[in-house]
Amino acid sequence: MALNSNIPSGPLAQKWDQHKFDLKLVNPANKRKFQVIVVGSGLAGASAAATLAELGYVVKCFCYQDSPRRAHSIAAQGGINAAKNYQNDGDSVHRLFYDTIKGGDFRAREANVYRLAQVSVNIIDQCVAQGVPFAREYGGLLDNRSFGGAQVSRTFYARGQTGQQLLLGAYSALSRQIGLGTVTMYPRTEMLDLVMVDGHAKGIITRDLANGRIERHAADAVVLATGGYGTVFFLSTNAVGCNVTATYRAHRRGALFANPCYTQIHPTCIPVSGDHQSKLTLMSESLRNDGRVWVPKRKEDCGKTASQIPESDRDYFLERKYPSFGNLAPRDISSRAAKEVCDEGRGVGPGGLGVYLDFSDAIKRLGEDKIRERYGNLFDMYECITGENAYRQPMRIFPAVHYTMGGLWVDYNLMSNLPGLFVLGEANFSDHGANRLGASALMQGLADGYFVIPYTIAHYFATSKQQRPSTDHPAFQQAEENVTGMANRLLGIKGKRTVRSFHRELGKLVWEHCGMARSQQSLEAALKRIPELRDEFWHNVNVPGSGSSLNQSLEYAGRVADFMEFAELLCTDALARNESCGGHFRVEHQTEDGEALRHDDQFAHAAAWEYKGLGKAPELHKEPLVYEEVHMSTRSYK
Amino acid sequence: MAKKLNLTLKVWRQDNAADQGRFETYPARGIDEDMSFLEMLDVVNEGLVEAGREPIAFDSDCREGICGTCSLVINGIPHGGRKGTTACQLHMRNFKDGQTISVEPWRARAFPVIRDLVVDRTAFDRIIQSGGFVSVRTGGAPDANAIPIPKEISDRAMDAAQCIGCGACVAACKNASAMLFVAAKVSHLNLLPQGRPEKSRRAERMVWQMDQEGFGACTVTGSCEAVCPKEISLDFIARLNRDYGLSVLK
Repeated sequence: MALNSNIPSGPLAQKWDQHKFDLKLVNPANKRKFQVIVVGSGLAGASAAATLAELGYVVKCFCYQDSPRRAHSIAAQGGINAAKNYQNDGDSVHRLFYDTIKGGDFRAREANVYRLAQVSVNIIDQCVAQGVPFAREYGGLLDNRSFGGAQVSRTFYARGQTGQQLLLGAYSALSRQIGLGTVTMYPRTEMLDLVMVDGHAKGIITRDLANGRIERHAADAVVLATGGYGTVFFLSTNAVGCNVTATYRAHRRGALFANPCYTQIHPTCIPVSGDHQSKLTLMSESLRNDGRVWVPKRKEDCGKTASQIPESDRDYFLERKYPSFGNLAPRDISSRAAKEVCDEGRGVGPGGLGVYLDFSDAIKRLGEDKIRERYGNLFDMYECITGENAYRQPMRIFPAVHYTMGGLWVDYNLMSNLPGLFVLGEANFSDHGANRLGASALMQGLADGYFVIPYTIAHYFATSKQQRPSTDHPAFQQAEENVTGMANRLLGIKGKRTVRSFHRELGKLVWEHCGMARSQQSLEAALKRIPELRDEFWHNVNVPGSGSSLNQSLEYAGRVADFMEFAELLCTDALARNESCGGHFRVEHQTEDGEALRHDDQFAHAAAWEYKGLGKAPELHKEPLVYEEVHMSTRSYK
Repeated sequence: MAKKLNLTLKVWRQDNAADQGRFETYPARGIDEDMSFLEMLDVVNEGLVEAGREPIAFDSDCREGICGTCSLVINGIPHGGRKGTTACQLHMRNFKDGQTISVEPWRARAFPVIRDLVVDRTAFDRIIQSGGFVSVRTGGAPDANAIPIPKEISDRAMDAAQCIGCGACVAACKNASAMLFVAAKVSHLNLLPQGRPEKSRRAERMVWQMDQEGFGACTVTGSCEAVCPKEISLDFIARLNRDYGLSVLK
């Protein structure tokens, strides 16, 4: 299989404009003849569904949550980047592009990232027009803050709830279309299979979670905007319902999965408190604007309270190691630095798995009121979870799984290798390389949904000339049998262990062997253990209840069953990528001072994996990453 | 080491909307005080499954207090009564060893029970569909700084926009009124210049839809404000009444 990324020719800065002109259009009267399925209603899905419906397409939108307003985009706190240069501090499209490519450790596709930076400015305009209440200055103009991995202030924010406000904007646009009858919304509905007809994606099989009904939906194209796979680690900052099911089942139908080993560990999360924990909570990276990260210089001081440790005995390790970026070093670098000091035995809090994030200097400099205004809700959240007051004592933070840069492979048009299957937002692999910069996920989700898919999907319709099949087509029959067969199998096992216990064990295994640091040895051990655990799952899981009503155990079992296979793909990719880059840190490949060591001669490619059957080795396809504009340098934040 | 609690739960169980439903009693032993309320329910559910019984169905997703999915009435109070907190952020250190805790779903005609503690809140979505938006299309928006908005106004709109659509306001109200929700949504957009052209129409339509859905009337007792996890102010109801009144008088 030859991977064609369909990157337009011409100078980088003109590619998207020229491409928009070259793409075929569908005339307004014909648009209503095309039906589009959008799975997922986060920033990418909701913005795509709303925009496609505004254009005249007939849209069906699906989400597993009880309302499209609840997708996990809602939890993003800090902000959204845009190259507006409102601060006159030297920002530009080119700088945002370069920061993103560099932040991704030169493992992203240049043309996609440039387009992302270009449309970032339109996103802010669109959101303001929808009534998103971004923070403003007294003069009435928009305020900005700075974020990790950048030396300019380009991040727009709405208190600590930027994700919620942007999602409410996209949701309101979507709701308007639902009200107009151009979008049919299916909440509490989960996609369980992709239907392929004559080599094109032409429909999906869904389960209505409220009553268990299995349904067939045919369309002219299928858009997946189903988010990332961070919950393969069990504990992550993702919502507990986040899952890999839609993308993995598309993968089983032939869609290539690219770079699954690129997972992001966020440096500022609340540390784990015990085995009961169901998820981890992120504290926005924006806190690092005013908080200083430190641990005691000496192990012996770790048992003391922070106030008992004098200034001279504190190690502000990010400021020490990365003087020019300091506490705002990118996420992968900050996380690894925190792990290092904890591995040295200098971590604080229970189990020694934590570092301090200290606001006392900022409170002295700006006053408590200013800090409360900037981060009040985050401090409240911290107190609610830990019972500690961060105005009086430093927060304790530790890295946690947060975002996944890998995803289904897509070309420049965001179409997967399966014609008619488009993938947007975190679910695709395209824009963040091996590490995502803060405030860029919201940007990508909305860029894909508002400003890319509306153009590129028309080209597919105008050129593919495929008929929309009837849901009586044998391919639908076969896919439905596949879905009901799997549910019946899960319900019939009646074993001894709960679904959660399997998920927790799998997550721990993947975290320990394929988390912040990976080695050939750890990955080989994981690859041996995962199939054993999967086998036990299929013989010993206990899924109570029936398939014909709301059954949360059954929903969960299906998702964990997919993780049992996906985890193997993740570790396979991590083993094959015999270098370190961004969030993928192989201990065998590091510089003398412990930084990630890339091997551009062998690994300057996207690794796209083809499913070959359960228990069979997936086949690797490589898309070479060609940099026309930027020079692949070694990242330095010193 | 965190303290452990032994508790007794009285949980509402209901197979489906047609079922009459009943309370069932379960012990919850060895509960870590650092657990969230939902993590405590996870532990109880693990025990139920291991004992061959069906787990308690309840909704949750982000578990960090922002998605608005969790919806439990705990000891008679939506979200459990800790100020500005959703059930997923309510930690067990707020309870006492030996305590009996009742757990019920949101109860309102407009929120029918699907199963156990899971209710159908699509009525809220339909209210938004009736007018909770600014009618702009993608593309063609003017520069974001083209219309300056005074900080006080923008902050006030943000105060209203913080609503997470959980429905606790409805569950707390003796009339199951959705006024605080609708007021927050209308105020957020009506305060901003972008939302002003549709101000009257929005207020009228959303109130009409709210009535259609079977939510009750507002008598301004303020129980909604008391339980709101985002502490949305009752003032917004006054603002909605004004916008609505003006639109009717027009």
